[in-house]
Amino acid sequence: MTEPSLAPPPNQSPEQAPDQAMAAPRNQWRDVWDQFKTHKGAFLGMIVFGLFIVAVLIGPFIWSIDPTYIDIRARNQGPTFAHPLGTDQLGRDMLARMMAGGKVSIAVGITAMALSLLLGTLIGVLAGYFKRLDGPLMRLTDLFLALPLLPLLLVMVMLFREALAARYGPETGVFILIVVAIGITSWMQTARIVRGDVLALKEREFVLAARSIGTPSRRMITRHILPNVLSPVMVSATLGIANAIITESALSFLGLGFPPDFPTWGRLLFDAVDYLQQYPSRVMWPGLAISATVLSVNYIGDGLRDALDPRIRGR
Amino acid sequence: MRLTTALMGAAATLALAPMAFADGHEARGRDGQVNIIYWQAPSILNPFLSGGTKEVESASLIIEPLVRFDETGAMVPWLADSIPTVENGGVAADLKQITWKLKEGVLWSDGTPLTAADAVFTWEYCTHPEGGCSQSSYFDGVDSVVAVDDLTIQVNFAAPKPFPYTAFVGSESPIIQKAQFADCMGAKAPECTEANFAPIGTGPFVVTEFRPNDVIQYAANENFREAGKPAFATVLFKGGGDATAAARAVMETGEFDYAWNLQIDPNVLKDMESKGLGKVVAAYATSVERIHVNQTDPSAALGEERGTVAHPHPFLTDPRVGQALSMAIDRSLIAEIGYGAGGVPTCNVLPAPAAYASTANDGCLTQDIEGAKALLDAAGWVPGADGVRVKDGQRLTLLYQTSTNAVRQDTQALVKQWWSEIGVETQLRNIDASVFFGGDPGSPDTFQKFFADVEMYTNNFAGVDPEAYMANWRCSEIPSPETQWQGSNMQRFCSAEYDALVDQMSQTAALEERGALAKQMNDMLMQSYSIIPLIHRGNPSAHANTLGGVKMNDWDSEIWNIKDWHRVK
Amino acid sequence: MFTYTLRRLLLAIPTLLFISLIIFLLLDLAPGDPTANLPLTIPPEVKAKIRESLGLGQPIHIRYLLWLKQFLIAEPLHVMDYMFGTDWAMGMQRVISWQTRSPVADIIAQRMPQTLWVVGLSYVIGTLIALPIGIISAYRQYSWFDQIGTFVSMIGYSVPTFFTGVLLIVIFAVNLGWFPSIYDTTHVVTDWDSFLFQVRQMVMPVFVLALYNAAQISRYMRASMLDNLGQDYVRTARAKGMSEKVVVLIHVLRNSMIPVVTVIALGVPTIFGGAIITEQVFKVNGLGQLLITSIYANDIPMVQTLTFIFAVLIVLFNLVADILYGILDPRIRYD
Repeated sequence: MTEPSLAPPPNQSPEQAPDQAMAAPRNQWRDVWDQFKTHKGAFLGMIVFGLFIVAVLIGPFIWSIDPTYIDIRARNQGPTFAHPLGTDQLGRDMLARMMAGGKVSIAVGITAMALSLLLGTLIGVLAGYFKRLDGPLMRLTDLFLALPLLPLLLVMVMLFREALAARYGPETGVFILIVVAIGITSWMQTARIVRGDVLALKEREFVLAARSIGTPSRRMITRHILPNVLSPVMVSATLGIANAIITESALSFLGLGFPPDFPTWGRLLFDAVDYLQQYPSRVMWPGLAISATVLSVNYIGDGLRDALDPRIRGR
Repeated sequence: MRLTTALMGAAATLALAPMAFADGHEARGRDGQVNIIYWQAPSILNPFLSGGTKEVESASLIIEPLVRFDETGAMVPWLADSIPTVENGGVAADLKQITWKLKEGVLWSDGTPLTAADAVFTWEYCTHPEGGCSQSSYFDGVDSVVAVDDLTIQVNFAAPKPFPYTAFVGSESPIIQKAQFADCMGAKAPECTEANFAPIGTGPFVVTEFRPNDVIQYAANENFREAGKPAFATVLFKGGGDATAAARAVMETGEFDYAWNLQIDPNVLKDMESKGLGKVVAAYATSVERIHVNQTDPSAALGEERGTVAHPHPFLTDPRVGQALSMAIDRSLIAEIGYGAGGVPTCNVLPAPAAYASTANDGCLTQDIEGAKALLDAAGWVPGADGVRVKDGQRLTLLYQTSTNAVRQDTQALVKQWWSEIGVETQLRNIDASVFFGGDPGSPDTFQKFFADVEMYTNNFAGVDPEAYMANWRCSEIPSPETQWQGSNMQRFCSAEYDALVDQMSQTAALEERGALAKQMNDMLMQSYSIIPLIHRGNPSAHANTLGGVKMNDWDSEIWNIKDWHRVK
Repeated sequence: MFTYTLRRLLLAIPTLLFISLIIFLLLDLAPGDPTANLPLTIPPEVKAKIRESLGLGQPIHIRYLLWLKQFLIAEPLHVMDYMFGTDWAMGMQRVISWQTRSPVADIIAQRMPQTLWVVGLSYVIGTLIALPIGIISAYRQYSWFDQIGTFVSMIGYSVPTFFTGVLLIVIFAVNLGWFPSIYDTTHVVTDWDSFLFQVRQMVMPVFVLALYNAAQISRYMRASMLDNLGQDYVRTARAKGMSEKVVVLIHVLRNSMIPVVTVIALGVPTIFGGAIITEQVFKVNGLGQLLITSIYANDIPMVQTLTFIFAVLIVLFNLVADILYGILDPRIRYD
């Protein structure tokens, strides 16, 4: 049984194989990238995701209508040259709102997901690898799973909103609050999954082999354990982005997040559901944007996983 | 029991429906079932233990007051024989006593007669110090309630009561049965689950099944005093969901006959109405959507003293600023976009009844951006480089908070834009209603604390007499840390002259004079520009076209006359 | 394994007590007020009296101990009385909801059927479709089946249920009129027709939830299978001449189940938590709706009780998952 990871097999750790590296001066990350490129889905996902990033970052400079500007005479319009995606019930331009919303939603989605993955993986690995930490950390996970979300968020907002707003300004303050709120309430599933996998991995032959040659715990974890829990973590990442985008809209709706005139994809979708029959396009755009983002991240994750797997890369 | 009633109802429908029109005799329960949906579900059927609208209205099918208000706000004798007045001797000349006569032959649904002792008991039940009765304010000033004989109830007041029609009047002050609740006084009130979930009443329906926060099933009361009523044998009262879904169930799928409180985009409602299954009806009472303008400084830098009268607001105490904010608003547009049939523009915080409604402030109905700009110029506010006005280094920027609600957020966005046109910068904030309207002194986001510059919500008063409502703006009603932030004078308006008028009203009996006083107080508030009224709100509901007899009413329970509802053939 | 289970069960008691304390403190700290939803026409003094009558005037440790006593002693005794006709709980105060002023346990019992039917069934269905989809998707990676599966599950997960639910209602209840848009919780199945009605009213909420659950589980199943299909033991097994069916469905599947078991074990307690949004959209009024309305109404005894039962289930099912790890992979030992 060999070890499926980005690291060379355990019996051949980098220090022990200098001559081989000399003979093939190809960079490992270059291999990964080459493999990644051949993954059609991943490449397409990358392009779509890149386009979204470009659109929300540069778009507002080209399409310079203020997303909160109300043009009462132009309300509830379908697509026109003046408003390519139409307008909402107050006559605000949907394209401008989609771009402004995307910036926040993608930023919140990625950051909150990253935070939750980081926490989840850290706690999962520690609990799975060190027997002594398993009990306390998993009971902590149980506690977080059991806490009712809404009161927890209300308390966080009550305690920290003003302090954060005073320190970082109202918008950054709210951003930090939301990301942290979503992050610390969604890491538990990842932690449980990672721990389960680590428990099993720890008993595999290659780990025992590595341990028998005296590999320290830190290197064991980074070199041998982490690469092998990558696939469930990737799945958690994709699901986590979708979760974070929707949770953000729920928070803002309850008044725990951004100000009410601040568009985000989740919020645009939520507000548009009432108009599902009259103006279906209004619900379609944010829905499509969220799904496309999640899908593209999913494919990027797939490609990354394949590219990082040396057995597939070698093929 | 339920099945039998239903079967009897069905049988009655089959047997009697064809003859009903022929001989004018109509049987009780001939029209089968009526389905009502409230998107907030009732959690108890004893309105004394939960004062929520949903509980009061779902209980109004079962228990009844002496007098109800009809759709025009006029009093209609319900369990009482007639309305006592000073002229007919029912109200004592010194205004300290009112004597009610019960209708003869009224039976509780268990077959026992309704007597004055039940009314006396109701008073004792609701004023018990440990009971936590939600409607105890209806008995404010009541010294004693006495059963003179089986049918005569005497209510004695401690001081002259110019408007004595409070106790046992309206859906929030019904009479409960002494026999059923005798063991449920005070601290024991919550233990009587059975009674609280199925009170015995005199109304047209009795409860057959109650599932808290979900669904109620009623059947026609066999002992109801009016022959041939109600027309429906059973009522299904479903709760839960949201307003749009409730409207859809009545006007698009036809699953339900009546839906309550449909505050959604009027365009959506209109589209649903065009399907031809049902229609939207609205009734107006005294609800006004308004913006309160904070007269104290909410700045966080003040620490413990923020939002107290010790620190006046840096610029909102100047009525010219408030007036400019008011002039910049196009109220008709807000009504059109957010309210449709459910709201009309208003310039008064006291918009009804007609006898109390002032016309002195109607100038606000037309938007005047230029006038508002001129007013701010005159007050010394000059536009800065970014268009936001500045005076003495103070930027004209406002934090505008309200509760979470789609219509309110649209209104906020509109108002923000108009204010930006006159050089006022606005930051919006929405707060979940259960926090915003909560009295939790630990939360910074309650409407009483008002840690913002302006805030918007709706308030109204129960019944038709505005005395208690106008007393909301006395100086002593200002919320402060000393009162754990309780109090109803949200904007912290304070005027000795106003307080004197409140006192004068509490001693005035003549209706015209009371009207004049109320108008004077309303105008005083309006001209201080500490309140900016926006919309006189109606209560839009929808009913199926096959449902007849609905008389929308916002003065009482909106299903107050369900005994007259019937199926239109 | 037995001693481990026993030790964990014993350890669960202090853990749960601690969790209940944290929940109680959290609920107490959270801003909110049980009288917030009353009309503004009710004066503040009356609201203060109502709060007083709910026992809010007492210090927090008294209220916590009172709840513990009611929940851990009075409620079980009451259940015993109910089952065996004894009267041990005579006069003992049960946990009373602030909203309905009735015993919390009775309302929870009333809400169980619809939640178990709709949320529970959708979880079972979701899992049953997710497993084969995950297995086939991994076995035939990047085939059209896999691509469609990926697409559908990502859409199913990323489009929130408040949208898919309303979309289904508009299509199937409003336009086609096939299914009712409002769930009838009082409906009793007695014969074939009433059974059909029950099925019709459950189709839409079950579909929405099953899609969401299946999306999640199938992704983990697929990822885990992919990891294992590339392992050497698979090659060895094939080389030994084992049939493909045995290799995939016995060896690979068993080794791939660990993350899936984790996800499923985390999901089972959430059945009890109900599906807040879906229940709201379809007016199912189960435990999810009960929890959210209680949170909004600041009905602390109800929220505390529901959350605590939820916590018990979480602790139990995570223990079950840990035991299953040991069965799936005997190399995992806790002792």
